[in-house]
Amino acid sequence: MTSPLLRRLRIAFSTLIFICFFLLFVDFRHLIPAEYTNILLYLQFIPSAIKFYSLGSMAAGGFLVVLILTVLTGRTYCSFLCPLGIGMDLNSRIGGRIRKKFRRYGFKKPFTVLRYSLLAATLIVTMVWGIYMITLLDPYSIFGRFMTFFAKPAVIVINNFLAGILGKFDIYILSNVPNKGFPLITYAIPAVFFLLIGGLSLTKGRLFCNMFCPVGTLLGLLSKVSILRLKFDEAACTRCGRCAMRCKSSCIDFLNHDIDISRCVGCFNCVTTCQDKAISYGLVNLKKKEHVTDENKRKIVATSILLLLGISRISNGQDKVAPKPKKDSTVKENKKFPVCPPGAGSIADFNKDCTACSLCITACPNRVLEPSWKQYGLAGIMQPVMNYHKSFCTYNCTVCTEICPTYALHPLLLDAKKLTQLGKVNFIKDNCIVKTEKTACGACSESCPTKAVYMVAYEGNLLIPELNAEICIGCGHCEYACPTVPYKAIFVDGNPIHLAAKKPVNVQSEIQAPVEFPF
Amino acid sequence: MRRRDFLKTSVGAGMAAGAALSFGGYDKLWSASPVGAKYDMVAVMGGNPDAMFDLGIQELGGMGTFIKKGQKVLIKPNIGWDVIPELAANTNPLLVKRIIEHCFKAGAKEVYVFDHTCDNWVNCYKNSAIEKSAKSAGAKVVPGNSESYYQEIQIPGGVKLQTAKVHQLLLETDVFINVPILKDHNSTRMTCCMKNTMGLVWDRGYWHSNNLNQCIADFALYEKKPALNVIDCYNVMVKHGPQGVSKEDIVLMKSQILTSDWVAGDAAAAKMLKIPVEMIEYIPIAHKMGLGNMNLDTLNIKRIKM
Repeated sequence: MTSPLLRRLRIAFSTLIFICFFLLFVDFRHLIPAEYTNILLYLQFIPSAIKFYSLGSMAAGGFLVVLILTVLTGRTYCSFLCPLGIGMDLNSRIGGRIRKKFRRYGFKKPFTVLRYSLLAATLIVTMVWGIYMITLLDPYSIFGRFMTFFAKPAVIVINNFLAGILGKFDIYILSNVPNKGFPLITYAIPAVFFLLIGGLSLTKGRLFCNMFCPVGTLLGLLSKVSILRLKFDEAACTRCGRCAMRCKSSCIDFLNHDIDISRCVGCFNCVTTCQDKAISYGLVNLKKKEHVTDENKRKIVATSILLLLGISRISNGQDKVAPKPKKDSTVKENKKFPVCPPGAGSIADFNKDCTACSLCITACPNRVLEPSWKQYGLAGIMQPVMNYHKSFCTYNCTVCTEICPTYALHPLLLDAKKLTQLGKVNFIKDNCIVKTEKTACGACSESCPTKAVYMVAYEGNLLIPELNAEICIGCGHCEYACPTVPYKAIFVDGNPIHLAAKKPVNVQSEIQAPVEFPF
Repeated sequence: MRRRDFLKTSVGAGMAAGAALSFGGYDKLWSASPVGAKYDMVAVMGGNPDAMFDLGIQELGGMGTFIKKGQKVLIKPNIGWDVIPELAANTNPLLVKRIIEHCFKAGAKEVYVFDHTCDNWVNCYKNSAIEKSAKSAGAKVVPGNSESYYQEIQIPGGVKLQTAKVHQLLLETDVFINVPILKDHNSTRMTCCMKNTMGLVWDRGYWHSNNLNQCIADFALYEKKPALNVIDCYNVMVKHGPQGVSKEDIVLMKSQILTSDWVAGDAAAAKMLKIPVEMIEYIPIAHKMGLGNMNLDTLNIKRIKM
C-alpha cells in the first residue's frame, strides 16, 4: 500500500489518543469516570504487563494485544498508542519549524549495544532488585509525570486566571484551584527527562525510542518477524533519499534499499514522501530476503527470556518476607513507616508493582498523594506517598484504587476502604495545645471520621484527645487539622502491611428530644 | 462597578442611618432586634424545616424586615462535612432552600451560598444536597476552597483575634443570614451561631491554636453581623459532633430558632442540648463583650408549637 492515507490515519488516531491522555492527566476537576480511564489505559504496554503479572487475568491482557499487534504490523504501537511517542512527534514537528536542519534526519547506525543492554538491564534489575528502572524508563510513566508535574499546573494556572475573570462577573462555573506543588527534589527526575526527551525529539526525532526506551527495543525485536512492514520497490526507487531525510527513526538506508525494521515506528512519513511510490506497506516478501542468523542477538533474547522466567520465581519467593507491623509509638513525631495509598495491601507489594506514572497523584481529589523521594527508599523512588501535612485521605473516596493501571493499588469497595487501616494514629500530649496553652482545641477529634480520636475531661472545663487506634483507618485528617507547628501533636504512622480496622461501635444517645421549649 | 456599588451603598446607608437617627434614637441602630421585628426570638417546634421557617419568619414580620429590595444576600449554612443530610452534620437543605425563596420574594437581587468546608469541598457541597437545593431556588453557590477568595479584615477590640481573612462575599453582600445547624462539639461542647463563622474565614488553625473560645467571641465583634440567625434544630447531633459517626448520634428534635441576637441564639441552643451555658465558654465571653444577651429571661421570646 502506498496511499498517503496511512500517514493521515496515523496522525488522526494518535492525535485523538494524545488528547485523551492529556485530558486524563490534567483533569483537575475529576470529571472523567474511572471506567473511561481504564479503557484508555488497557493497551499501555508496561502497566498492562505488570497488572497481568500480579492479577494473572486476561482482563489485564492489553500488553498481549500489543504483542500481537506488533507481530502483525510492526512497532505501530510507538506511533499510534504511546502518548510519550506521540508527544515526541509533536515536538519534532515544532523542531522542524524552528530549524530546517532539525527535520532532516538521514540514516544513522543503530545504538545496538546500548539499547539491548538497557533492555536486559531493565529486565534483570526489575526481577532481582526492584521496579525503579521501569519507573525511570517506562514511556507511559514518563509521560504521566510530565503531565502531572508540568502540564497540570499550567492548566490550573489558566483555569485560575479564567475563574478570576468570571468571578468578577459573578459567574462561578470555574473555581479557583490552589496550585500545591510537590517537594522540590522530586522535580529532579521529571525535569532531567523532560530536558533529555525534549531535546532529543526536537532535533533527532525518535532517538530516545531507539536508544533508551525498553518498550521500543522489545517491540523492535518482535517487529523483526512482523507480517506487515515497509519495503522497497528497488526497480521504482530513484535513490533520491527523501525517505531517509524524513525518517524520524533514521532507519532507512536508501542506498542499500534496507529498512531497519526494529527501529521503524510505523509513522508512514516515508510512504507519503516518496514521489516514485517505491516504498510501500504490505505483506512481507520472504523469498527475496536472505536470512542471516545473528547468534549474539539470539543469545541476548534467550537470556532475557530465561531471566524473565527464572529470576521471577526466585524474587517471588523473596517477596513473601514482608516487614512486620510496628507497635504504636507515642513519644514524639517519629514516623517509622510512610503511609502508602489505600488498595496497596502492603508497602512491599506496592513498591514492587508501581511504575510511578503519577496518575493517582493527579486523580486524587484531595491531593494528599505526592511523589516520594526517600520515604520508601530507592525501591520506591517517585512512587506516591501520603503527605498528611499537605492534605488527608477523604473518607468517602476510592478513586486512586479504581484507576491504577498496574494494579499496584487494588480496587477497593467503599465499605472495605472505610475499614482499611493505612496507618495508626499517635498522640504527643506534650505538643498538644490543650496541655501547652491550656485552651480548647479539638481540631483532631473534630476531623476524625470514626472517632478513633475522641475527647476526655482534662483540667477544669477543658477536654483533651484520647485515642482508640483499633478503629483508626489512618486517613490523616487529624494530623492535617492539628494546628501545632513545626511538629504535630498527632500523627499517623504507616502500616507496612495494611490491616483491617475495627468497625466503630455506636449506641443510641440517652438525650431525648424536648417536648416543651427548654427556655 | 465596585466603586459605584460602594457609593450607592454608602449613600443608602447614610440616608438610612440619618433617617433612623431622626426617627428613633442612636440606640435603635445597635439594638438586637431590627426595626419592625416584634420579638427578640421566635422558636418553633413540631414541623418540617421549611414549614417551621415559614411560620417563624412570619412572626418576625416576614423576610422584608431584614432585606430591602435589590440587596445582595449571603446565606451561610454549615456545609462543613462530606456527610448525607440524614446524618445532620450539615444544615438541612430544605431549610436553606426555603430561606432563599423567602429572600427572593422579599426582593433580593442576588442570593449567595458558600462555606469553607472541612472535608473536600466538592463532595461536601454535593453530598450535603445543599448545592442542588440552593441552585434550584435560584441562589449562586460559590466556592470557598481557595485563599484567593479571602480578604484581610481588622477586628478592633479583638482580644486574641485582631485580623482575619474573610470570604469576599461577606464584604460584597448587603445582608448576612447565618444558618447554622445545632450540634454537639468535641471541644467547645456546642457549635451553633457564633461557631458557624469559622466557615467564613480562611485560617481556622489560628483560632484553634490561639484560644479557640476567645477567637470565636472575638470574631463576633467584627462589624458585619448577621441580620438574622436561623438555627436548624430539626435533626440534632447530640454526640460525636461536629462530624458524627452514625445515625445513633442524631435525635429528632423538629425545632427551629430564629433570632437576630446570636448570643441569645447560642444560649437557647445550649438549653436544647441540656448543656449549662457557662460551659460553652465563648457564650459568656461574647455576652460580657456586649455582643448579645445570653439571659433568655429578659428577652421577648415567641414560642410556637405546630
